[in-house]
This record gives sequence, C-alpha cells and structure tokens, in this order.
Amino acid sequence: MTAPTDTPMQPGPLPAPGAAPGHFVSPDPFDPEAEAPGLAGSLGTAVGGQASQLRIMWIKFRRHRLALISAVFLIVMYATLLITEFLAPYRLEDHDYTAIYAPPQQVHLFHDGSFVGPFVYGQSVTLDMVRLKRVYADDRSDVQKIRFFCHGAPYRMLGLIPGDLHLLCPAEGGRFNLLGTDRLGRDILSRILYAARVSLTIGLLGTFVAFSLGILIGGIAGYRGGWFDVAMQRTIEVIQSIPSIPLWMALAAIIPLTWSPIFVYLGITVILGMLDWTGQARAVRSKLFSLREEDYVLAAELMGARPRRIIWRHLLPGFMSHLIASASLSVPGMILGETALTFLGLGLRPPITSWGILLTEARGINIIALYPWLLWPMVPVVLVILAFNFFGDGLRDAADPLR
Amino acid sequence: MLRYILARIAMMVPTLFVISVLVFTIIQLPPGDYFESYVQELQMLGEPADLQEIALLKEHYHFDDPMPLQYLHWVTGMLHGDFGYSFEYRMPVREVVGDRLWLTIMVSTVTIVFTWLLAFPIGVYSATHQYSWGDYGLTLLGLIGLAIPNFMLAIILMYFANVWFGLSIGHLMDVKYLNQPMSWDKLHSILAHLWIPVVIIGTAGTAGMARRLRANLLDELGKQYVTTARAKGLSPGRVVAKYPLRLALNFFVADIGSVLPQIISGAEITAIILSLETTGPMLIRALQCQDMYLAGSFLMFLAFLTVIGVLVSDIALSLLDPRVRLQGRRG
Repeated sequence: MTAPTDTPMQPGPLPAPGAAPGHFVSPDPFDPEAEAPGLAGSLGTAVGGQASQLRIMWIKFRRHRLALISAVFLIVMYATLLITEFLAPYRLEDHDYTAIYAPPQQVHLFHDGSFVGPFVYGQSVTLDMVRLKRVYADDRSDVQKIRFFCHGAPYRMLGLIPGDLHLLCPAEGGRFNLLGTDRLGRDILSRILYAARVSLTIGLLGTFVAFSLGILIGGIAGYRGGWFDVAMQRTIEVIQSIPSIPLWMALAAIIPLTWSPIFVYLGITVILGMLDWTGQARAVRSKLFSLREEDYVLAAELMGARPRRIIWRHLLPGFMSHLIASASLSVPGMILGETALTFLGLGLRPPITSWGILLTEARGINIIALYPWLLWPMVPVVLVILAFNFFGDGLRDAADPLR
Repeated sequence: MLRYILARIAMMVPTLFVISVLVFTIIQLPPGDYFESYVQELQMLGEPADLQEIALLKEHYHFDDPMPLQYLHWVTGMLHGDFGYSFEYRMPVREVVGDRLWLTIMVSTVTIVFTWLLAFPIGVYSATHQYSWGDYGLTLLGLIGLAIPNFMLAIILMYFANVWFGLSIGHLMDVKYLNQPMSWDKLHSILAHLWIPVVIIGTAGTAGMARRLRANLLDELGKQYVTTARAKGLSPGRVVAKYPLRLALNFFVADIGSVLPQIISGAEITAIILSLETTGPMLIRALQCQDMYLAGSFLMFLAFLTVIGVLVSDIALSLLDPRVRLQGRRG
C-alpha cells in the first residue's frame, strides 16, 4: 500500500537509542482491490483488477512485437485466400504462348519525363540460338498502363460466386507479369496466389488432424493410465524414432495414382497429420497426469461426474491454450512437409497448384541459371514459416501462466 | 554401468520389433505387388512375360502365404543377414545396397558433428549475450535456415558451388570414381564433395539445437548458485564454464535423439536432389515400383540407425550424468 505523494507519511523523528519505537498508523483508507506491484499489477491496471484468461493472454501476447506483426501478416495471408480470384491479375488456367519464360516486368511511373501513372513497357522477343533462350527486351515506345479495379476475365469466386472484377489488369491487348512467367507463359504472381490456397490450408488441416488425434489418444492415456498408457508410450517412442520423411514417403506411395486430386489432397493432409500427433499426445498426457491429482477433480468425481465430463469440462480448459500454442508451431513443419513430398513426386499432382508444385517446376539447375524468377514462390514459403514460428513462440509465452 | 547398458540394449528389442511390424504393414499396404505391375508393364509393351520365372520367384518369396507368415519369413531372413531380393535390380538386396549404407552413415555422422560444432558456440553465445544484436541476428539466421526448404537450398547451393568452386554437380564424388573400389583419390574426392550435403542437411538441425541449448543454458544461468558465484567474484567465463555449461552439455548429448531422425530425413531428400550415392534415391525408386524387400530393408535400416544413435547418446549421457546411471540400477 503506497500513500499518495501529496500527503507525506512521516512517522516522526527517530526515537532515541534504547527507547521503545512510537506507534504509527497510516491514515490512508485501506483498499483491498488496489493493485499489487509487479507484473500482475500492470495487468490488473489494464483491465480493472480482474482479467479473464484470454484477456491476460492477449495483453502478454501484445508485448511480443514480432509475434504481433507475424499474427497480422498471417491473418492477411489467410484473408487473401477468400478473394484470390479478385487479387490475381490472371486466372489459374490462363497461359500465353507468346510470353514463355518472360522475365518480371518493372513498374514505371514516368515516361519521357512526364507522369503517366503506373505502367509497364511492352516486351519484344528474340531467340538466342546459342543459349537456346528467349531474350525479352523492353519496347520503350509501347506504354501499357496498368488498370485498377477493372473488368477482366470472368471467374467464379471460390467456385461459387460469378464475377469479373480484378484488382489489377494489364492494358487492353497488353501483358502484365510482375513476377514473370513460366514455361507455359503462366503468370507467376497469380499462380503463387492460387497456390497459397492449397499450401496454407494443408498446414492447418494437417495440424487439426494431429491435434484431434493427440488430444483423444493422450487424453485417454493420461486419464486412464494402465496398459493403454504403456502401449501409447511405446508406440510414440517407435513413431518418433523413425525418420519422418522416409515414413511420409512410404505412406504417400500408398495413395493410388488414380485418385482425383481432391482426394490426394485430403490423403496427404491425413498422412502429415497422422505422424505429428505424438508430441501433442505426450503433452496432453503429462498435463493430465499432474492435473488429475488436483482437489477440484476429486470434488467433481465425488459429485458423480463421468470421466468424459471431467476431461472435457474440468481438465482440458486448463491447458487448452497451451496446446493450441504448441499446435501452431507444428503448422510450418506441415507446410514444408507438403513441399518436400510434392517435390519428390509423391505428394500433390497438377492440376492442383501448391507452393510445392511451383517449386518443383523450378527444380532444374538451368532454371536457376536462366530463369531465376521461377524461384519467387520461395519467398512466401519462407515468410509464412518464419511468421508461424514467431507467432507460435509468442502464443506459447503468452499461454504460459508462470511468466 | 554395464547393467545399465545391457538393460538399455534389451529395451531396443521390443522397439525394433514394433518398427519391423510397422514397416512391413506400410510396404504391404499399396494394392497389388511388384509382379502384377511388372507383368502389366510387359504386356503393354507387347513383350511376353516369363510367367514361369515369376511363379518361381513368387513361390520362393512366399507371396501367396498369409500376411503373418510372410512377415515371419522376412524377419527371420533379416536376422540371418538375408535381406531379401530386389526384383527391380534382380539381385539380392544386400548386393544392391552395398556401399550405400556406409556412405549414408558417413554423411549422417559428419552432419551430426557439423551440427554440434556449429550449434554449441551459437547456443552458448546467444545465452550469455541474451537480447543482444548478436543473439537476435543468430536466431534470425537459424530461423531462416529452418524456413528454407532443404531441397531448394540444395539446388541453389549446388549451382553456386559449381559456378564458384567448379565442383561437379550432384553425386558424392567425382563421376570417374563411381563404381570404383575405394582408394585414396576416391576418398579425397568424396571429402571434397561432402561439405555441400553436410551444410544443407545441417542447417535445419543446427537452428533447432542452438535454440534448445540457449533455452536450457538460460534456465541454468538464472539459478541462484550462478548469482552466488558471481557475487564471490568469479570471472564471467569461469562462472559459465564451471557448472551451467556442464549441465547444458548433458542435455546436448541427450538431444541427439531428437536431431538424428531429422538429420536422416533431411539426408534422404537432399540425397535425392543431389543424386548422392546414399540410400535416398534408391529408397524412393523402390517405393514407387513396389520393390518391397528393398524398400522395407531401407526403412528398417534407417530406423535401426536412429535407434542405435539414440542408444549411443543414452550411453554417453549415462557416462556424463550419474543420475541417469543410478536410475538404471534401480530399475
């Protein structure tokens, strides 16, 4: 209890040596709701003394600047998945045989010293017969103004809502490839945007599968104990001792070639999830072991609550936030796993387009030497994985009640 | 000590048994078998299939027996050193695999040593200079290494190694040494090529290991005995080296159990991209054409390598840390 500074609290002069100290009572009113010093105090100030669990997590999370930025970035990335058709200048299936392996076009603002707004120069092609390469050169007389919010190729948003509005379009009869084109003259930027749909959701779905399995199996083992627990522990040890990529490869080889792409997608998701539940199950189990000794669990048991109710109602909420935080750290592994499997030819197959597929098309040595812009899909992969790492770290720190 | 090691080895047996069941199930899961697709392929090409030979092979390898019996044959064969027959290469698996096993072991071992040599100083520096620019920079560098897919790193590094150092692209040795018996020149060539896969595979493991070492060391550094030692006037270097580092070292040895599967995984992918003469490219080929004995033996071998690696790290840990040893004696 500290007193306001304008009423000095002076207990008087020091008593003489040997004399009994005087009796002092602070005249300030006692306020039991007042803040305590330290971290809890500053948290208390923010929300008026009583903060819900979520609220405290949010306040702690906000402090982790990098995690906050990552969270915003990820939200934006996932939001774009809903309006890919609008954002992408071209459709997924659009290709242009006159612009094969065209390099990225630079956006200019000024032409001949006068302002024209964002535009690109048209490109002319010559064949370099020595290196067997198409050489593109800017045609300085051909100014192609980029159009905004324009009506272009018709599409169905998410396969449902018809529309033809695009954020950016090339000039009439022109071309606009901000990140260049690939071997069929397809726009790399548009393909990256469309591929994000598959790559970003596969990480989430895979984690969801792993998460559900982990909670279910870890929950039973942790609460029941006994032989199931022993069996689970051994199984987890075995699964963790097998290197994951060969195991993924073996499982992915099972998926028949005749399956439709959407089933292959689901199959890969399940495979990624099936091997990742072990960490979650272990965490759930050890948490349950410590929590089920608590008095409130005994109380619930005495009141006749059944195990399922105790687990779901009393135990899981206690460490759910922690679990979600650690689950978010396994998303990047899944995204990388998909790219690796696809790269080896065991994962997704065209016409499904994922970041893994795009990187597979950039695998040749000559691509790096001649068409380095095909490596652009690496940028979103690296950024998303970094963001998920920072976000997960921040979330884990925030969910930890001891910090 | 001996008792602990024996107990630890005894524990490996059930683990390996479960792994073998798992591997067998996985390689049997795809519909059909090698011969079916083989005969189909031949028929498509319009060539006559030697059905008699196939029937003989099928009988010899018990293809028509029920699953548990097939499994039994496979496992007992492996225990006798007979790893089965590769139908794709028409040779016993053992001959197909040959040198590849040793090269895989070599690449993995060198990678682990590389990971250690790199992760240890980085982890210690990050922990002792927490929240400094060096700490942030190294953490970021490690994370980027973690975030770039291994195979892309492999391709890019391979390209620049060729442009800058003139190393031949792909393979673990110069092309002229392929299929040659081991010699000093060949060894030299291997060593010159080894660093690319090692760097590629090592990056991901290094980042994770340095991060875990940093967290562990930070926990130790926050303890009271460190404050006491500092208050008594020990130099900062001595304070860290005397106890916290030793405790963190235990963890460092134990951590191999989690790094090894990761390294072997990475080694497989990288090997496929760089077409190294290790098990990776062959494994994927075997999986794709259902050459089940070859694929099964590879999977078994990789798992075995991991189990052995963990065993070695456990034994090393028990030498370092008496607590682990005593626990074993009680059990």
